[in-house]
Amino acid sequence: MAVGVVDAAIETHGLRRVFKTRKQVVEAVAGVDLTVRTGEIFGFLGPNGAGKTTTLRMLATLLPPTGGKATVAGCDLLTQPDQVRKRIGYVSQAGGSDYEVVGRFELTFQGRLYGMTREAASKRAAELIEMLELEVCADRTVKTYSGGQKRRLDIGLGLVHDPKLLFLDEPTTGLDPQSRARVWDEVRRMHDRGTTVFLTTHYLDEADALCDRIAIIDYGKIVAEGTPEELKRAVAGDVVTLTVAGSSQAALDSLTDQPYVREASIEDGSVRLYVDRGEVAMPAILRQLDAAGLQLLTIGLHRPSLDDVFLRQTGRSLREVAA
Amino acid sequence: MKLLRDIWLVFGRYFWIFTHNPAWVVIGVVQPLLYLFLFAPLLKPLAATRGFPSGGAYNVFVPGLLVQLGLFGAAGVGFSLISELRIGVIERLRVTPVSRVALLLGRALRDVLTILLQSLILILLALPFGLSINVIGVVVVLALIALIGLLTASVAYAVALWTRSENSYAPIIFTSTLPILLLSGVLLPMGLAPSWLRNIALVNPLSYAVDAARAVFLGHLGDPSVVKGVVIMGVLCLISIVLGARAFGRAVA
Ligand SMILES: Nc1ncnc2c1ncn2[C@@H]1O[C@H](COP(=O)(O)OP(=O)(O)OP(=O)(O)O)[C@@H](O)[C@H]1O
Ligand SMILES: [Mg+2]
Repeated sequence: MAVGVVDAAIETHGLRRVFKTRKQVVEAVAGVDLTVRTGEIFGFLGPNGAGKTTTLRMLATLLPPTGGKATVAGCDLLTQPDQVRKRIGYVSQAGGSDYEVVGRFELTFQGRLYGMTREAASKRAAELIEMLELEVCADRTVKTYSGGQKRRLDIGLGLVHDPKLLFLDEPTTGLDPQSRARVWDEVRRMHDRGTTVFLTTHYLDEADALCDRIAIIDYGKIVAEGTPEELKRAVAGDVVTLTVAGSSQAALDSLTDQPYVREASIEDGSVRLYVDRGEVAMPAILRQLDAAGLQLLTIGLHRPSLDDVFLRQTGRSLREVAA
Repeated sequence: MKLLRDIWLVFGRYFWIFTHNPAWVVIGVVQPLLYLFLFAPLLKPLAATRGFPSGGAYNVFVPGLLVQLGLFGAAGVGFSLISELRIGVIERLRVTPVSRVALLLGRALRDVLTILLQSLILILLALPFGLSINVIGVVVVLALIALIGLLTASVAYAVALWTRSENSYAPIIFTSTLPILLLSGVLLPMGLAPSWLRNIALVNPLSYAVDAARAVFLGHLGDPSVVKGVVIMGVLCLISIVLGARAFGRAVA
């Protein structure tokens, strides 16, 4: 372990991917520069079609980039794909386990693909089954698994060879809250063991709770990058949301030019104000609305969430697009 | 060495799946049996027609049936690949250091094995009806069928990886295999065909496989058509394996 050296698990420069179909040309990834540090949980956040999966598939050697360079787990992606493959694990959005096959068999087979002997592979399979709490279903075919059990098996398949770097494409999508929490626990445990985890998600709370650093991608480009805290701080200090009895537009118009309001917009019929210091701005807002003859119905003050970051960076609410 | 190990591993997985779901094998065996029992008897009177090769109806018909089994038995294998693409199994395998050739050959050899099993059953069942063939003949003909199966399966997997959907895969495979099959003289010898049809058949590689299989069943093991058929199938097989392995290397689904 090198102390004081921040070495990169992933480094990309101008990574691009263009898909050509008969009807159109899609630039799914439009020049991505990323650095993922060894040992961190890195979250890749973005709406449908933003280019998350495409980026991951390129970094996992599954898809040749149209342009750009990348180093993954210390190896050059373009010239040493075999070396990259030995060092990474990848769990796709679709999963990866076959419904017709027994879980334990899949895990053992996967280990053998990485060169393990039969004994080593079945020992590792047993370990993973215990670690992922799959004892109850390990010896059944996957089609009998619950959603959460299947997801954990999928993750297990990516962990068989104890990779230094693990890619998880939407590991919790479609899971109930309980299964989701278990996947989070699993990711944290990998993190504690020193594995670098690169995961994609639609969920801001997930990125916020789980990730050391985050990049937000939209239309194939990184629009923001940093720790959840940094990103939230980049958005104006606090967020005030309020509703009025009359027209929200009128309230917006009367507030938008006030010196303490950095930015204002209407979201779902309520007025949303980004202000430097909420506790100072609130009384001023009340006075201003009074003066304008608008009756206040509700008012709330909160710290910016990643949703606010997303809204600021992309002009869209993540909740809308992920719905 | 690694390649052989990888092929063996991948073969093992697909063989496991096969042994745990033998339903379709039963169907695969029943089909040739239907031909054997319901169609072959019609050939008896035909065997006396001008242009029909000598050697008895079964010795003329069974080789064609085996070639058909090799072709059709392997033509449909892409369906399972497409469903594996959809659920992420193929990506999961491709992200490991396993050889791309092994990803193709491991599963294609499983397909070949099932075709050979069916072929053997068919030959054994045809014996009491008057099929006559010696052991060497059986070995040679099975080798030929194996090549046809491997060739077809490799092409089928490549097409499945290119199309990535049943809706494109099915019409491509079935509209291409049918004329290849009909023009090979599988069902009835091309000796019965008008000359223009016979000329088209000349460019159909499968015709040579059928000729070779028939020569073997007529006891002419040393016939040049046997070597010719095996060599043509062997060369095409190699080409298709290269194509198929490349398709596994760059699958973009
Ligand atoms: N094989 C392909 N052929 C053509 N276009 C593609 C292909 N794969 C992806 N795309 C397009 O590239 C863009 C990015 O897709 P990608 O799958 O990377 O998005 P994503 O961020 O993972 O979205 P989601 O959250 O829905 O999974 C989309 O517009 C998609 O339609
Ligand atoms: Mg995706």
